[in-house]
Amino acid sequence: MTSRDTTDRAAAVGPPVDLLPEVRSDMTHQLRATWVVTRRELLRFKQDKARMVTMLLQPLLFIFVMGTGLGSIVNTGGGTSFRTFLFPGVLATSVLFTAAFAGISLVWDREFGFLREMMVAPISRASIIWGKCLGGAIVATGQSLVLLALVGTVGIPYSPVLLLELIGCLFLGALLLTALGVLLSTRIKTIQAAMPISQLLIMPMMFLSGSLFPISGLPEWLAVLTRLNPLTYVVQPMRHFTLGQLNLTAAEQERLVPVLTWFGWEVPIGVQLLAVAVITLGLISMAARVFRTTE
Amino acid sequence: MSNAVRGPAIEVHGLTKTYKSGDSAVEAVRGIDLRVEAGQTYGFLGPNGAGKSTTIEMLCTIRNPTSGTARVAGFDVVRERDQVRRRIGLVFQQQTLDLQLTAEQNLRFHADLYGLGRADARRRIDEVLEMVALADRRSDAVMKFSGGMKRRLEIARGLVHAPQVLFLDEPTIGLDPQTRAAIWDYLHDLRQRTEITVFVTTHYMDEAEHCDRIAIMDHGEIAVEDTPEALKSSIGTDRIALRTDDDELAIARVRERLGVEAGVHEGQVTIAVADGAQVVPRLFTELGVGIRSVTVTRPSLDDVFMTYTGRTIRDSEGPQKFVPPFAGRR
Repeated sequence: MTSRDTTDRAAAVGPPVDLLPEVRSDMTHQLRATWVVTRRELLRFKQDKARMVTMLLQPLLFIFVMGTGLGSIVNTGGGTSFRTFLFPGVLATSVLFTAAFAGISLVWDREFGFLREMMVAPISRASIIWGKCLGGAIVATGQSLVLLALVGTVGIPYSPVLLLELIGCLFLGALLLTALGVLLSTRIKTIQAAMPISQLLIMPMMFLSGSLFPISGLPEWLAVLTRLNPLTYVVQPMRHFTLGQLNLTAAEQERLVPVLTWFGWEVPIGVQLLAVAVITLGLISMAARVFRTTE
Repeated sequence: MSNAVRGPAIEVHGLTKTYKSGDSAVEAVRGIDLRVEAGQTYGFLGPNGAGKSTTIEMLCTIRNPTSGTARVAGFDVVRERDQVRRRIGLVFQQQTLDLQLTAEQNLRFHADLYGLGRADARRRIDEVLEMVALADRRSDAVMKFSGGMKRRLEIARGLVHAPQVLFLDEPTIGLDPQTRAAIWDYLHDLRQRTEITVFVTTHYMDEAEHCDRIAIMDHGEIAVEDTPEALKSSIGTDRIALRTDDDELAIARVRERLGVEAGVHEGQVTIAVADGAQVVPRLFTELGVGIRSVTVTRPSLDDVFMTYTGRTIRDSEGPQKFVPPFAGRR
């Protein structure tokens, strides 16, 4: 510390123009602001150990209790256990919950006043939305890594490529759900309304994504609904990557990882993931627009 | 750090805000003019629904005016929004801290939002925490703080980016008297060490005494604006309150012998006179009525407020819906 700080505090606390940062280019400024908001999400998560444990419990129940319990009556058409089939779906489901919750937390920010601190800062509304989405998605992905580490327990080898593929999918799915949660929060203003409405959205998305059952041989109405659900295009690639590690019989392949089609066209995995990315970007920019005009 | 030649901290011309409510439009702020010199502590008073909050929100760039202009720290609040935002500090009525984070993390977040460099941020955070005496609690989650500590932290946060103008909206509301006094100590301290301009709203008239100048807003307009001393002498009268054995006789005698009208307020005979101390002896000699107690009150800002708004500040507290009182006045 220099002597200025101790001897001349008046000058130090004064309105020193030197403290005002250079006006950077708009883009740099926006990115920086986005990162600041993102980092808050990470900090908050670090502070909240309980959230981690509770959010992990549910997927474990799905895989090891439901997966084992139902496994005896579910015929996978080969040697693959139902638990193995279930794993990628439950992994995706786990980010579904944590990510949607992270997005909805914007309602809490508003209710507890902190949103105002961000709203009056010299940053754009879009950076707040982007920061919330990225922060929520990183946190949700990070949480799912614990579950991902258990992949060996369902008979899937720890392949680095597979892990990277899954992490990529998880992040994309998490960003999708956080964006959806944030978009909801721009419309819903009270905590009381936010919880039931998000449940109303999350549960159907979970069931209609094929996370708990294969999307082959579904009745027409159910097949249509699963294809309308963006989460399907996260779950299917994840299952494709995971079960691709095993030597499935043709029957199993057909039954467990059927080829997803749009009006008869076999949709490549890359296109599925691209669709999710496009929808996510759409949701984020929609949220930013609503936020800018209504808040 | 030359502040020698500087324009006014706040300069407002014809500022108007109209809200649409259904078919009718409500004029919350009706073309006000305001000028706050740099370095002043400026009190902004008024009953609820007078348009205070709307005015502050326009000055802080939270709301856009319907018409008129406002410049804060030399920049236009609409066209140069971010320039204004970088130069003002805000402390709101409702708390806006992240309770889950520590005091220091809250300040750090703020410094980052305002784009302070790492070294500047560290130095400023140390300084402001020291100033509000929270340096030893910097690593505690804000959740564990008392109401007064949270408020102090918010004031500290408003100062992190070294603003030229600090806006405080009811900074002491809901706090106990000791904490209120402590907060004003910080503000005095701040003013002595810096040339910061402080723009403050309050419901506590005793706090308004701390201000260099005061504006009283009512019905969307500035009712009066001056120094506290000038405002008090402008209404000019001391108030004498008497408990007597016979109020009616006392009132008649006061009229007859002192030539002043008296009335009964809260069970006491009340007289308004220019210099109370001189009148009291005459009451005992000339009234001929048994006097049980006498109180002389110098005019207070409460009286000023009462005179210009027709309400006491306490009457005006509590949630009230804005009703345009004189819709056809302008």
